[in-house]
Amino acid sequence: MPVIPHKHPMPSQDPAVRAHNFNEVATGYTAEIAVEEAKRCLNCKNKPCVAGCPVGIDIPAFIAKIKEGDFEGAYDVISAFSSLPAVCGRVCPQETQCESKCTLGIKFEPVGIGRLERFAADTHNANVCDSAVRPAPNGHKVAVVGSGPSGLTCAGDLARKGYKVTVFEALHTAGGVLVYGIPEFRLPKTIVAREVEGLKRLGVDIETNVVVGRTLTVDELFADGYEAVFIGSGAGLPNFMGIPGESLKGVYSANEFLTRSNLMKAYRDHSDTPIMKGGKVAVVGGGNVAMDAARTALRLGAEKVYIVYRRSMTELPARREEVEHAEEEGIDFRLLCNPVEVLGYHNPDDRRDPKNGCVTGIKCIKMELGEPDERGRRRPVPVAGSEFVLDVDTVVISIGTSPNPLIKSTVKGLEVNKHGGIIVNEDGLTSREGIYAGGDAVTGASTVISAMGAGKVAAKAIDEYIRKA
Amino acid sequence: MYRILEKRQLNPTVTFMSIDAPLVARKALPGQFIILRVSEDGERIPLTVAGYDREKGSVDIIFQVVGATTMKLNAKQKGDAICDFVGPLGKPTETEGIKKACIVGGGVGCAIAYPVAKGLHDLGCEVTTIAGFRNKDLVILEKEFEEASDRFFRMSDDGTWEEKGVVTAPLKEMLEKGERFDTVIAIGPLVMMKFVTLETAKFGQKTTVSMNPIMIDGTGMCGCCRLTVTDADGNKHTKFACVDGPDFDAFTVDFDEAMMRNAMYSDFERRAREEECNLLKAEVK
Repeated sequence: MPVIPHKHPMPSQDPAVRAHNFNEVATGYTAEIAVEEAKRCLNCKNKPCVAGCPVGIDIPAFIAKIKEGDFEGAYDVISAFSSLPAVCGRVCPQETQCESKCTLGIKFEPVGIGRLERFAADTHNANVCDSAVRPAPNGHKVAVVGSGPSGLTCAGDLARKGYKVTVFEALHTAGGVLVYGIPEFRLPKTIVAREVEGLKRLGVDIETNVVVGRTLTVDELFADGYEAVFIGSGAGLPNFMGIPGESLKGVYSANEFLTRSNLMKAYRDHSDTPIMKGGKVAVVGGGNVAMDAARTALRLGAEKVYIVYRRSMTELPARREEVEHAEEEGIDFRLLCNPVEVLGYHNPDDRRDPKNGCVTGIKCIKMELGEPDERGRRRPVPVAGSEFVLDVDTVVISIGTSPNPLIKSTVKGLEVNKHGGIIVNEDGLTSREGIYAGGDAVTGASTVISAMGAGKVAAKAIDEYIRKA
Repeated sequence: MYRILEKRQLNPTVTFMSIDAPLVARKALPGQFIILRVSEDGERIPLTVAGYDREKGSVDIIFQVVGATTMKLNAKQKGDAICDFVGPLGKPTETEGIKKACIVGGGVGCAIAYPVAKGLHDLGCEVTTIAGFRNKDLVILEKEFEEASDRFFRMSDDGTWEEKGVVTAPLKEMLEKGERFDTVIAIGPLVMMKFVTLETAKFGQKTTVSMNPIMIDGTGMCGCCRLTVTDADGNKHTKFACVDGPDFDAFTVDFDEAMMRNAMYSDFERRAREEECNLLKAEVK
């Protein structure tokens, strides 16, 4: 049988339609397409794809199950390794992980592993009503700080081993970046809620509205009988550029813009939480978060959305698929461009004019790529005299985050690096006994799956630590 | 869910509530704040802790009905519950080494100024309070301030409550006479805090202000509550009221920018308030 050189395309909403709704962009493989795609897997002996997966899913095994039409069997294989299959099938950068290692990918397009993972998880979620199989309790208590991908993974793995796990979440809803950051059209919130419900059925307690570092401290958790604590408190405060005009009305951090829309549901009509809608929007930055912000702005009714990024498309860090989706939807990429000032309205005759202080534009300077920096990326340098203005009403700054100071300042003896990230060893152990950490709180802004991988590693280490004691 | 243990109307637009929140009550200190949501899908709003009872496990809030969310909150009665209540957030007011303080409160800001005054008074500090209101009908916590203060100046814009004038008048008089405080703590509308600061700056009188920007998560994630401060060397820094504040050295704060940012959604707030008003009226019918 000849090899099909390309992945089966992902059925998706038409770009012209989806640019105006918050429904999921990709609608998922049908059973027929999934089986056909699964047949592309060569089932090679050395399975390089598994090494590319941060949580080590036995990829050929689940694909083989799909090939046989045993979709539930495929789900069982995945869920033995991953706590959040429906999430990962959607937001993992497979092209740089499992799929980049695929043997088929040497000559052709790799197998659509992510798409098949999503298919198996969605089919399971649509057809199977999970029963409550609680593992026998082992009598030990562990606390998890933060209910994002690393915290949920760590909690799930420990609960399966019989630990009594309590997850403390600062916000009113569990899920961390999966609910406040990643938009509905990329990851429907019902999926996150379902994964969280699954953990609760395993016996995990989730305490929302608890800010560890304020409401409770890590030391109090130990005093309350928790034998180990996992810190997965996430990335923290947004960075700004330090250019004039960043405090004008209509300048958001990506975190704020996305939180208003996703967590606070400002995208719905009649939401109590306001957000700037319509007009022209410039999103500064080139990561996945910038793509999410740009595409959210478009769906909120913007007539024009720019991505302003100081390097070229080659260096743009967002996933290729997200960039393609954004381009299809009509996002205007202004590459090799760096903002130097946000411009605002000022009525010299009327200090009470409500338009005073509102954004009117963003002044940028053209860049060219110079010598490579220490990481090998060519450093962008400004082209003298090339300033120009983009007329916009809203600016979203999406240039990364710095760790939240709350945990660090309230846990004595917890060592952090110069960026404020918590220092851990290969097991996720911090400088303090019994305290483990993972995810963005350690690495700075990274991916959902690497945070899950860190949660998994820490869960294993915590189990060994408590059993040794 | 967090139950409302007590509700009192302090004046026609300002309400006191005591909320059952034992975890917050255990830790709360003057100067800190909480974030609440009245109902599912509601907005998150920050309110400063107005008092707490560690034994009862209750936290007091005092709020003015200004927008849709405070209107919804005000429609709740004793025994009802609200959806979310998280805290205590922010850094508590610095009381270390303060023996003599002047507390300046304006309008509903007095609700926040009171626990600070009381806290300092309880620590044995000499407390001078200046409270200002637009008129007599809006006065809150008069008796409480009286008890927590060694000296108490009452000011009203229209002269219907004691002295007619602004809060900076008695402050200026004291400073001109050469009186100094370990700190002046100003809590109220931004414009009041700005003018207090202009006055104290003339005398080099150390001053702290409690900033009240728009917030969403309140835990150091979204950056909405940012403000610009200028350090001693003239360098500007972005600070976040939720984790770096809410108290700031008054001489470093850019008040004009903060006032502009607080007006970001004034149109939306006005519309939401009107809609909510109509909704509540319809329910009454």
